[in-house]
Amino acid sequence: MSKQINVALIGNPNTGKTSVFNALTGLNQKVGNYPGITVEKKEGICKLPRGLKAHIIDLPGTYSLNASSLDENVVIELLLNKNDKDFPDVAVVVSDVENLKRNLLLFTQIKDLEIPSLLVINMADRMKYKGISLDIDYLEKQLKTKIALVSTRKKQGIDNLKQLIINYKDLSTECCLNASEIDVDYFNKLRKAFPNQLLYKLWLVITQDVNFGKTTRQEIEAINGFKTKSEGDLKRLQQKETIKRYQFINNVLKKGQDIDVSQAKDLRYRLDRILTHKVWGYVIFMFILLTIFQAIYDWSSVPMDFIDSAFASLSEWIKNSLPGGALTNLIAEGIIPGLGGIVIFIPQIAFLFLFIAILEESGYMSRVVFLMDRIMRRFGLSGKSVVPLISGTACAIPAIMATRNIENWKERLITILVTPFTTCSARLPVYLIIISLVIPEGRILGLSYQALTLMLLYLIGFTAAIVSAYILDKILKIKSKTFFVVEMPNYKLPLLKNVALTVVEKTKSFIFGAGKIILAISIVLWFLASYGPGKEFNNAEEIMTKEYASQDLTEDEFQQKIGSYKLEHSFIGITGRAIEPAIRPLGYDWKIGIALISSFAAREVFVGTLATIYSVGNDDEDTIKNRMAGEVNPILGGPLFNFASGVSLLLFYAFAMQCMGTLAVVKRETNSWKWPILQLVVMTGFAYVVALIAYQLLK
Amino acid sequence: MQLTIAHLKRGEKAIIVDVSSVHIPLKLLEMGCLPGNDVMLVQVAPFADPMYLNINGSHLAIRKETALHILIEKIG
Repeated sequence: MSKQINVALIGNPNTGKTSVFNALTGLNQKVGNYPGITVEKKEGICKLPRGLKAHIIDLPGTYSLNASSLDENVVIELLLNKNDKDFPDVAVVVSDVENLKRNLLLFTQIKDLEIPSLLVINMADRMKYKGISLDIDYLEKQLKTKIALVSTRKKQGIDNLKQLIINYKDLSTECCLNASEIDVDYFNKLRKAFPNQLLYKLWLVITQDVNFGKTTRQEIEAINGFKTKSEGDLKRLQQKETIKRYQFINNVLKKGQDIDVSQAKDLRYRLDRILTHKVWGYVIFMFILLTIFQAIYDWSSVPMDFIDSAFASLSEWIKNSLPGGALTNLIAEGIIPGLGGIVIFIPQIAFLFLFIAILEESGYMSRVVFLMDRIMRRFGLSGKSVVPLISGTACAIPAIMATRNIENWKERLITILVTPFTTCSARLPVYLIIISLVIPEGRILGLSYQALTLMLLYLIGFTAAIVSAYILDKILKIKSKTFFVVEMPNYKLPLLKNVALTVVEKTKSFIFGAGKIILAISIVLWFLASYGPGKEFNNAEEIMTKEYASQDLTEDEFQQKIGSYKLEHSFIGITGRAIEPAIRPLGYDWKIGIALISSFAAREVFVGTLATIYSVGNDDEDTIKNRMAGEVNPILGGPLFNFASGVSLLLFYAFAMQCMGTLAVVKRETNSWKWPILQLVVMTGFAYVVALIAYQLLK
Repeated sequence: MQLTIAHLKRGEKAIIVDVSSVHIPLKLLEMGCLPGNDVMLVQVAPFADPMYLNINGSHLAIRKETALHILIEKIG
């Protein structure tokens, strides 16, 4: 038998489902998207004994099969569509030993779909600590399944789980309870109308009004004149169904589970007394944020300096060792400086993703949601908006997708609209290089001025986000029912493997995503900067010889004059100087203008662009930073990147909407072009005005 | 006066007696907020909103406006 076994991992959020996935697949996993939607699809291959393989999908976490979000829909759509190539041969339901009661609700629903299912009880290492004991035989009998006790932390039970997956054909497909008892007449009619269909499947189609495979609610209503019930009646029936399932679960657990409360130690309550405290909770939160920013700055400076000089030497080395010509120049002056401009930020971006992963994994993020909800609501947001706003510091695109668990549409829309103001990691390269050029070194209270400036920029981004949320809350007239439920998971020491995999995965996709754009743009820029129309460009040497004939220039100085004259009359120079009048009042020259324009593809392109422009025609081995520091303002003299123009640039990048990826995802999530266009116009317009005012005041 | 979860003080326990199905989303019911289950108030944010509860062994936070629609009877 060479067929792969299709396995779907299903479970409530916070049950360690992803840890089980990581334990089964290790590095054999990939993350993509479900076609047409931006829900993350995680799949991997697990090697089983006897040369078998399992294809494992880690489905989005869900509390039940009654979907209330796009992510949860993915779960039902797969489970109801037998023709899907990923349709599971076996459903592995992951539960947490401490929340077994609630986790079993989903399990009973999946059993009703008559898919072979097995139950993983995870975090088994905590049973003793919590005084829990389980009668596995009894539970297996009652739930009509096989149970794997697993501890991903202690690496226990995984082999047993693999064995159970191999023997999936022995699993029972019988339901564990008869949910149709909630309205016998109604379900009998349904059965009569559709004798060949699974009752529970029909019920899901009716209650959720979504399109599963081929059967729709309209069809059910059309066939045999079958009448469905009113919304209110359906909701009451769903409530009855839930109560019925819990009755069954309570009965099973009464015999199958014993919790000795006197044995239970509860770290949660002790920690929460401080971490969610009215005063200390907020103080600790601020302290954590401050530590993160300081760490990002301090820890990454050494690897960054190393990368910077390594790329400068590489470029120099290629120039010297390859035969001269256009191709060598393209590599040495276009591609390498462009790539160097992004590789240099790997350390910082990795640290940022590391901290966010730790906050999420440890369970602390939910406490922040709890602490911030009341405050955020004043600005038309939800406590859950904090998660997108914080993960927006990595990248706005996943952050906007993370708004999906905000139940209220108005709060969600506002969160989507304001999230791009938070300082994403693509702004970081721009900030860091400009800060290092225009903000003096030195320390106050152990914090460097440069780190404080960075912190200030993060605060500016956050303030812009909540102030605009407040304004939007007043302007937007959307009525939607509010409700807010957030689970407060147990505190957990983050698993090294989970954190490491997240950091590697996110950093990789950031670098490769940005890398492609940067590579393309560097090549285009290099061509535009190396060639030009008309006689000025082509006869640069003669023109310069004439102009400087009377002056006594060294050969080097003379070559430099030619180089900059050529650049000015290249395609890029002509374009740049055409837009220069618009950005001159902000303190920028045309080279910065080009970098600004290319930044609309993605912000981090800024540094790479400048690096490419500055290295064309420049033979010295030098770092990007030194080249920028050496630029002279063509009109006023003095360094081009001074305090005034630096601050103006920082503010422009803080507010402007310069990311095509974000605009695309906003379009997808709001299903309208109206909102991304609004973001583009309003944010960029505001950025221009603020940068203008800043430069005019400071110059 | 009918007591609701919003009337609980920190550390107090109660039994849920009724849940208004119009105001309470299905998701909350599925997390265990059903008549007959016990509830304890673990922690409150400033202005007693949101409220951090232990319902039926599940730890979750809800807003006060939702808590007002979950009727309870205090124990002891």
